[in-house]
Amino acid sequence: MFNYTFRWNQAFNALPRLLEGALVTLEIALLSMLIGIVIAILLTGFRLSGNALLSAIARTWVEVARNTPALFQIYMAHFGLGAFGIHLSPYTSLLAGIAFNNAGYLAENFRGALKAIPDTQTRSARSLGMPAIQAFRLIVMPQMLRIAFLPATNQMVWAILMTSLGVTVGMNTDLAGITQELNARSFRTFEFFAMAAVIYYLIAKAVTLAARALAWRMFRY
Amino acid sequence: MFDTALTWNDMAFLAQGAWMTLMVTAVAVVAGTVMGIVFGVLRYQAGPYWSLPLTFVLDIFRSVPLLIQLVLGNAFQSIARLGWDPFTTSCVILSLYTAAYCTEIVRGGIEAVPPTTRRAARSLGMTWRQDMMHIVAPLATRVSLPAWIGLTLGVLKDSSLVLWLGLIELLRASQILVTRLQEPLFILLICGAIYFLISFPIARLGGYLEKRWSPND
Amino acid sequence: MIEIHDVRKSFGPLEVLKGIDLTVNKGEVLTVIGGSGSGKSTLLTCINGLEPIDSGRILIDGTEVHAKSTDLNKLRRKVGIVFQQWNAFPHLTVLENVMLAPRKVLGIPKADARAIAVKQLSHVGLGEKLDVYPSRLSGGQQQRMAIARALAMSPDYMLFDEVTSALDPQLVGEVLDTLRMLAREGMTMICVTHEMKFAREVSDRVAFFHQGVMMEIAPPAEFFGNPQTPELQKFLSATH
Repeated sequence: MFNYTFRWNQAFNALPRLLEGALVTLEIALLSMLIGIVIAILLTGFRLSGNALLSAIARTWVEVARNTPALFQIYMAHFGLGAFGIHLSPYTSLLAGIAFNNAGYLAENFRGALKAIPDTQTRSARSLGMPAIQAFRLIVMPQMLRIAFLPATNQMVWAILMTSLGVTVGMNTDLAGITQELNARSFRTFEFFAMAAVIYYLIAKAVTLAARALAWRMFRY
Repeated sequence: MFDTALTWNDMAFLAQGAWMTLMVTAVAVVAGTVMGIVFGVLRYQAGPYWSLPLTFVLDIFRSVPLLIQLVLGNAFQSIARLGWDPFTTSCVILSLYTAAYCTEIVRGGIEAVPPTTRRAARSLGMTWRQDMMHIVAPLATRVSLPAWIGLTLGVLKDSSLVLWLGLIELLRASQILVTRLQEPLFILLICGAIYFLISFPIARLGGYLEKRWSPND
Repeated sequence: MIEIHDVRKSFGPLEVLKGIDLTVNKGEVLTVIGGSGSGKSTLLTCINGLEPIDSGRILIDGTEVHAKSTDLNKLRRKVGIVFQQWNAFPHLTVLENVMLAPRKVLGIPKADARAIAVKQLSHVGLGEKLDVYPSRLSGGQQQRMAIARALAMSPDYMLFDEVTSALDPQLVGEVLDTLRMLAREGMTMICVTHEMKFAREVSDRVAFFHQGVMMEIAPPAEFFGNPQTPELQKFLSATH
């Protein structure tokens, strides 16, 4: 059945290049999370603002992010924005697409976390003479962070996996992109992509474990 | 509003793409759910220790990008000379991917059935099979349905990645039209709207069932 | 002095306070009893401005609570409140729960705030539990912590809203003992409660609320010995 000689040493020789790509992958994932968190906080604010227009913007963002493929969102950034004369590089399109996706999911996560904290917590804080903003910052926010933390780390893992989609818009510096380039030159598809799969797996596990350790240190109660 | 070169033929082309998306999704969800139920029951019955190998393998499908899985699956079928066409390869990989998630949902559902309820069933003289069929299955289904609908929606969206193996599904069809007509925004908006039209009702159904079937009603 | 003049308050179509007049003097302990929905708890939340009122006036040491110009955050430092559900801040230790408001609201330096918190916690018998998270405490201990948290602001008045109602019966005693201690020390208190024995023992006056109206108010001996209205007679015979 297998009339094929595996050439693993070729793939091993390429390991340094693949690891360089892995760094770019991590960089994009981290940046997209940071941008996503900032936008998600804004969207959550929009939704609670009581302003009909802002609330509609936030809801549309969340629905589009959750109900269309991530790849579609990246295509939108890469091809769709061309209609406005905006031509983004593969790197920027990928980052924009994932950040858009992250923001939508995280906004929903934040809203859920906020709803999970009983009003009585704010009420107690106010009864001690705290102004509303202080009560939010000292009492509501820290508790919200704990509830939102685990889903947010899942989103981080998702962001890492999503970076692989960049190859479809011509990204060639991240892990998937470099793997694809090596593959195109050598046609050792299975070996190179198996190698990439192992690296993605290890990154995903490392991020999950790091997040768990961080949560254990941060949330002692 | 839009001055477009898009013809009815092009719309039919998009519809064909959407049909391909639906087909791949349907095969993956059906096959993945069947496998997920088998693996889920197996994982539950074997306990965390003995099911470790299964857990590990399924976890790989959830920790490696689907795109990489598709390329690997395709390379594998070519090395093994299985002679699968891209549609078959896509369906196989996407089914395993779905099964990996579905297993967790099924296991969670079974674990949510209170042991006391099961003991009551067994004390009435029901066999393991009867207990599973008449007590556990209906209760676990209620608990897991919202998550399962979420998974279906996820697979619908993730099925877009099969374009990398050359299948012309909805997104690829849109991309082909974009290249030909140079109207990226308009065509992609139609594409997004179609995704939205398919997934939004399913999401709503999920939300409705979640409310109606909440375990303590 | 807390002065309440003809206070009315509705939630939608339901009028929960139908013109309450009441004065509580410095050093006085007033207990308020009444059935559920009689408006007694609402009155407490109105006194420290957590709820707006529809008409009337509430004055604390001459400051009108619901006037636009009143700085409620400042006023609330004077009036502590403890709720039926103790609402511990779950992410802070017992000590941090009590230190937080003195530090952040009053701006007291950390070391001094800590000293205040330790003193108040020891006072309510939690001196051994400083670095524990509230989830490790019993309901009675959490409620005593909530009392210490309010006392750490050195308020002039304390409002207690059915503070023992959510507790298991065997934990009620320890919280009531804490309230008795405060009463002995001369704290001005309004206690909404269902504990008749407690009301009889510690109160200077007892008030009876019924369907948004204050039906009677009198010193305990007179209040329990010679109830005037048929509503109070009925209420007392039902709860004894």
